[in-house]
Amino acid sequence: MKTIATIILVALTTALSAQSKYFTRNGTVTFFSSAPMEDITAENYNATAVLDAETGAVEFSVLMKSFNFKKALMQEHFNENYVESDKFPKTTFKGKVLNMDDIDLSKEGSYPAKVEGEMTIHGVTQKIAPEGTIVVKGEQVILESKFIVKPEDYKIEIPDVVREKIAKEIEVTVKTDLEPLKR
Amino acid sequence: MRKKAFLLFALFISAFAFAQDEGESLLDLLGEEETTNYASASFKTTRIINAQSIENVAEGVLDFKISHRFGRVNGGLGEFFGLDQATIRLGLDYGITDRLMIGIGRSTVQKAIDGFAKYKLLRQSSGKKNMPVTLSLYSSIMVNAQQWANPERENYFSSRLFFTHQILIGRKFSSGTSLMLMPTLVHRNLVESTAVENDVYALGIGGRQKLTNRLALTFEYFYVLPDQISEIHTNSLSVGFDIETGGHVFQLHFTNSLGMMDKQYITETTGEWGAGDIHFGFNISRVFTLKDTRPKPEE
Repeated sequence: MKTIATIILVALTTALSAQSKYFTRNGTVTFFSSAPMEDITAENYNATAVLDAETGAVEFSVLMKSFNFKKALMQEHFNENYVESDKFPKTTFKGKVLNMDDIDLSKEGSYPAKVEGEMTIHGVTQKIAPEGTIVVKGEQVILESKFIVKPEDYKIEIPDVVREKIAKEIEVTVKTDLEPLKR
Repeated sequence: MRKKAFLLFALFISAFAFAQDEGESLLDLLGEEETTNYASASFKTTRIINAQSIENVAEGVLDFKISHRFGRVNGGLGEFFGLDQATIRLGLDYGITDRLMIGIGRSTVQKAIDGFAKYKLLRQSSGKKNMPVTLSLYSSIMVNAQQWANPERENYFSSRLFFTHQILIGRKFSSGTSLMLMPTLVHRNLVESTAVENDVYALGIGGRQKLTNRLALTFEYFYVLPDQISEIHTNSLSVGFDIETGGHVFQLHFTNSLGMMDKQYITETTGEWGAGDIHFGFNISRVFTLKDTRPKPEE
């Protein structure tokens, strides 16, 4: 009897620890730059994200070469001259949902989320504290956030000749539909 | 007893596995998804200088190219070091797909009209798919639209035609260094005498070295195999800079070739670098995106 109970316990702990994690491999990250001479948008549909609902830990990894621009030349310049994708292929974020205790993932709804963590772009790490929303919809957990990134904070140099075309503050929008991670 | 030990072990393992999650990257749980990383931007434009590079214009992109070659710098002050004369090629290139591009052009040299197609057969990549080089096939046709040299004899339109076929093999060795080999065949329907060949074989070599993110040094050289072209013609050697300023790429260069089409610079170069028969020139390219080819999100 005791043995069976232990087996169930073991099974449960493993199952529970697996249940609390959510992930995606095709999250959406877009950015928007509005400058006097040009508005630029780029989309990436291949962001990887993991959320640990138990601890509130959240991580993102975004391949820079997967950002798509309308103009092919712009995309090339983005990778070659600005974010230097050969040297720094990924942007990563490692942080925590601070108010995870207020968010009930078993109940459908929309919850405001306070996030804090470190983002690494172009090899430079900065602390950021974006605000977002966590939407629970059936089994899915949707993370949404919008925040500002300043290229100069990440040592992304923008020469004067294109100053009128690239904004000093880039608006980044994140939307990821996470699914339970089953192991 | 055995069972208990096993259970304890199992508990320990599961606890251990659980503990391992802490502190480490959550992303590790997903495992690394292996992707193919294709080499991009081996050259700044679709041309090294005169020669084609392994780059193509992207799908739906129209590239308007304006190329100038001035006179010889050894013309001295009287010719303002060659700047008094200019030969021009105007060209339009278009990307049908990311791997197939076509182009047309008009040159003042020989009043030539040309057309070409370039297809990227292999793409240099690493990761899931591994390919050490990029390989493109290139073919062009050129029409010499000048008045006939001997109008009194019977002339055929086919005698105006020149064909060039190339295999472009290139490798981006590092983010700054790219090299190319260009085995070339130029076919000339009509040649000036029986002493020269209709089919001319040549081997081109080209490369670029980035100096900064926006400035690169380029060169190209075509070695024509012996006894195929007349004595007055030499091998084409060009060196230059690619300068990028936001939306444009300026290519500034020095070359001993005046013509900008394949058969002109490969088989009809008359300048000698040693004698100062050097032409200053530039290529300017302006691209227009005619088609939005961005992928839509996966559902």
